[in-house]
Amino acid sequence: MSAHEREEWRRVLPLAVRTSIPVLLGYVPLGIAFGLTLVAAGFPWWLSPIMGIFIFAGAAQFMAIGLMQQGTGILEIALFTLLMNARHIVYGLSMLVPFSKSGSWKPYLIFGLTDETYGLLTTVKPPQDVDGMKFYAAITMLNHLYWVVGCTVGAIVGSALTLDTTGLDFALTALFIVLLVEQIRSVRRFEPYVAALVSCVVALFVGPRNFLLVALALATGLLALLRPRIEKRETESKGAA
Amino acid sequence: MTNLRLTYLLLVVLVMTLATYFTRAMPFLFFSKRKPPAFLNYLQRLMPPVVMVVLVFASYKDIDFRAAPHGVPALIAGALTAGLHFWKRNTLLSIAGGTALYMVLIWLI
Repeated sequence: MSAHEREEWRRVLPLAVRTSIPVLLGYVPLGIAFGLTLVAAGFPWWLSPIMGIFIFAGAAQFMAIGLMQQGTGILEIALFTLLMNARHIVYGLSMLVPFSKSGSWKPYLIFGLTDETYGLLTTVKPPQDVDGMKFYAAITMLNHLYWVVGCTVGAIVGSALTLDTTGLDFALTALFIVLLVEQIRSVRRFEPYVAALVSCVVALFVGPRNFLLVALALATGLLALLRPRIEKRETESKGAA
Repeated sequence: MTNLRLTYLLLVVLVMTLATYFTRAMPFLFFSKRKPPAFLNYLQRLMPPVVMVVLVFASYKDIDFRAAPHGVPALIAGALTAGLHFWKRNTLLSIAGGTALYMVLIWLI
């Protein structure tokens, strides 16, 4: 690494640490909850950091505990993971342009595109005076680190003693609520929110087992139907402003 | 642990790693050379609010609202989180405040 490169990282890292603190607060408790659950389900502690390092997908990892306990077939687990993570396709679509100049970091940035990393990268803009890709990479690595630390600590603590951490997992719900409030502040149109809410209620009845996927598919369909209306309103408000 | 079980666990990690990476890499594989259609541009702009609503809803959907405590702790703590964030816009404060209140509430009720 050249001296210039090192200097750039030195400027990017403190910024990335500050930006990623909310994810630290969400991931460490959630990772701990995951490790505790995994060990309590009778699996060896080292499986927790391994899953955290390679899979890096909270919801899918939690789902896997139940599937592995029932000895579910490998192909079925692959299918469940695809369904559970299908929402990430949407994330990739909105990062096409921001990641287009990321060079050798691209495969890793794509790997680390979790719900929370996506939420951060779409909410925060990299500062003007630093390399945006290094900023993205630093945030992704930090989030990855928080997750692996949480998974490891939870599994080790879980195999050593029994703790009352009831309720700590609410941190993830709180994180999603915070990200939703941020969206409400930036996307000031009511249609996507109503479409999402309607889709959620319908998905509860139609496909509770694949809730995330069904709700997202319905909402995408609704947005497609609303497109002429939304784009017309957007041009009108732009004209007025 | 038997070798068979060890093999099973490692295979699970492998397929889940590949499946997860595939879902995250798919748009980059198909649309990095070609320009994505206008419809996709429209979707990617309006999907983040949708995804967040769905994720928040999903966090609440497994609560049994008919049995005590009727989801009250999660609803109150969620409202506090949102309220704090609209008011102060300090992510740390919002998450820590909401989670702490939730832990106290489920311990009390």
